[in-house]
Amino acid sequence: MSVESMDREDGERELAAVSMRSITKRFGDVYAVDDIDLDIADGEFFALLGPSGCGKTTTLRMVAGLEFPTLGSLKIYGNEVGTLAPNKRPVNTVFQNYALFPHMSVLENVGFGLKMQGASKAETKTQAMEAIEMVQLQGMEKRRPNQLSGGQQQRVALARALVNRPQVLLLDEPLGALDLKLRQEMQTELKSLQRELGITFVFVTHDQEEAMSMADRIAVMKDGVLNQVASPEEIYERPANRFVADFIGHTNLLEGHVVDREIVRLSNGADIPVKTDLPSGAKVEVSLRPERAFLHPASSTPDGAWVDGAVKSVTYLGNAYVYQVALDWMEIDVREENRPGLEVFDPGAPVRVAFAPDAVSVVTE
Amino acid sequence: MVRNRDSAVLDRDDNAGDARAELVVDDQFEVRAAKAESRRGLLLALPAWLYLMVLFVAPLAIVTVYSFATRTRSGTELSGWNLDSYRKLGEPIVRDILFRSLTLAIITTVICLVIAYPFSYYLATRPERIRNVMLVFVMIPFWTNFLVRNFAWRVILGNDGPLTRVTETVGLGEVELLFTPVAVVLGLVYGFLPFMILPLYAAIERVDGRLLEASRDLGATGFESFRQVLLPLTMPGVIAGSILVFVPSLGAYVTPEILGGAKTTLLGSYIVIQFLTARNWPFGAALSFVLMAIMLVATLIYFRKGGRTL
Repeated sequence: MSVESMDREDGERELAAVSMRSITKRFGDVYAVDDIDLDIADGEFFALLGPSGCGKTTTLRMVAGLEFPTLGSLKIYGNEVGTLAPNKRPVNTVFQNYALFPHMSVLENVGFGLKMQGASKAETKTQAMEAIEMVQLQGMEKRRPNQLSGGQQQRVALARALVNRPQVLLLDEPLGALDLKLRQEMQTELKSLQRELGITFVFVTHDQEEAMSMADRIAVMKDGVLNQVASPEEIYERPANRFVADFIGHTNLLEGHVVDREIVRLSNGADIPVKTDLPSGAKVEVSLRPERAFLHPASSTPDGAWVDGAVKSVTYLGNAYVYQVALDWMEIDVREENRPGLEVFDPGAPVRVAFAPDAVSVVTE
Repeated sequence: MVRNRDSAVLDRDDNAGDARAELVVDDQFEVRAAKAESRRGLLLALPAWLYLMVLFVAPLAIVTVYSFATRTRSGTELSGWNLDSYRKLGEPIVRDILFRSLTLAIITTVICLVIAYPFSYYLATRPERIRNVMLVFVMIPFWTNFLVRNFAWRVILGNDGPLTRVTETVGLGEVELLFTPVAVVLGLVYGFLPFMILPLYAAIERVDGRLLEASRDLGATGFESFRQVLLPLTMPGVIAGSILVFVPSLGAYVTPEILGGAKTTLLGSYIVIQFLTARNWPFGAALSFVLMAIMLVATLIYFRKGGRTL
């Protein structure tokens, strides 16, 4: 699968924070990670996204040194680290359930890395307190982890990792254990923290909304393989294949085949004017996101492309109407923003589903 | 409880009239329910209580009483209560024996700890199938007779036994371990090692492996991770195992008799001598009492610090 390389605008290649070449991890017969080439840029907030079992956590652990690759080269700012023990790498990890030491206070937890590096007691205390203040937990330093809430524990885990000034910070599903509101708060905080510190953050998540909101670039993985590595906009607007189109957000996938570079013919015979580089005759799907489709009365002539169908159901969500529209050969979802003057259709009404040709993308498997 | 509540409702209904206005469950209900609950608890515990009283507390009391009795030529006189037996405890020979027994028990405990910890760690990090098999192997000795196992060591360690034959063949010369303190420690370690392995294993297994990963991630070496994270978190298991080995080792009788011979007299044998050969029951009782006191203190420590492990 093609992967974007780290070229800067002026054509020079910058030293990547993390550079993987042919990284593979095999457990018995199973390839958890299969031949991955990936560059993560300095100062980037990078996400590894995918369903359970796609290999994202294994990849992260290999960067941390908690697993060793079966094959391949792993470099951190140019230094080969693939076989180094975790305590020898300039990398720190925030674990999924925080892994705070239960028999130590917050201060001792945060200062642990410094203590292991041989810092003096005074130095350790000062720097640890700074880190604790950075995550706004001043006053809690004497507490034990079991006396803290989930959100507080997460901040301790963050402080504990960041106090060591790692070159790369790894986060394994950092927000998974938090409730929704806290999660959203932490997303904003993590993003601004990363921007402030300028440290490369690499995090793993199965929540595509989380990846989209926090990451500068996302690597979408499935079955140990990279499917697409790009910015959230690129991934959403121009998914590389069916899996990415379907995994990120909601989409409708309309089957068809390529007629030529400007036309795709759907299963019902309708010709859609979309641009594609794929060869004639190739079996494709047109990815149409529900919010990009608009309902018009059956007899109208809307701009752009359209398909005909009948409304099957309407759901009022307050901020939007979600329709299920039955086309000749399949059902699709359409989402209309609840704007003033919106024409609402009842179940059974025949409609024309219209969309702009450049608002869809053409994908294959 | 549900049944009680129903019967409370039925009771109340007897008082006819405005049953709706009355409380279905009165404020005495909870008190009565609690009393019933504790009565049930006592009933369940009664058999165990009786067992403890008759077969443990009573003999304990008898022994304690005897320790204050007088020793005569023909036996023991339950009169003239005195502290002679306890005074005898201060004699050098007794102090020697006590000291030797304590030392051997402590050495046994330390050796068991040193052997068992790495083994238990290894065990706890194996996949489940292998773990279960190995645990069975650890517990197999419990299925065999304790006396037989001690005699087996006697054969192994004896002059012209397998051990000395091996050392001679390899060129290390003769080894005469039988009837030495080393043999006793060997026998005790062998006998009580499973008591150290199991609580240690339970404690280590309970530690979240990710804590050790976090420790490595933060820059600690393997040894530092053990010292700063694993050991403190498994300390209850260490204490539990230590006491489970120390207490029986202190009062051990069979192993020192079979492997130690007459040269090293330990506490267990010394007590038996008082009751059988020397016919000084009060003194034997006093010794037993001291031994029990030490064991009791150790057991209390176990329950306060290590009790949650087993």
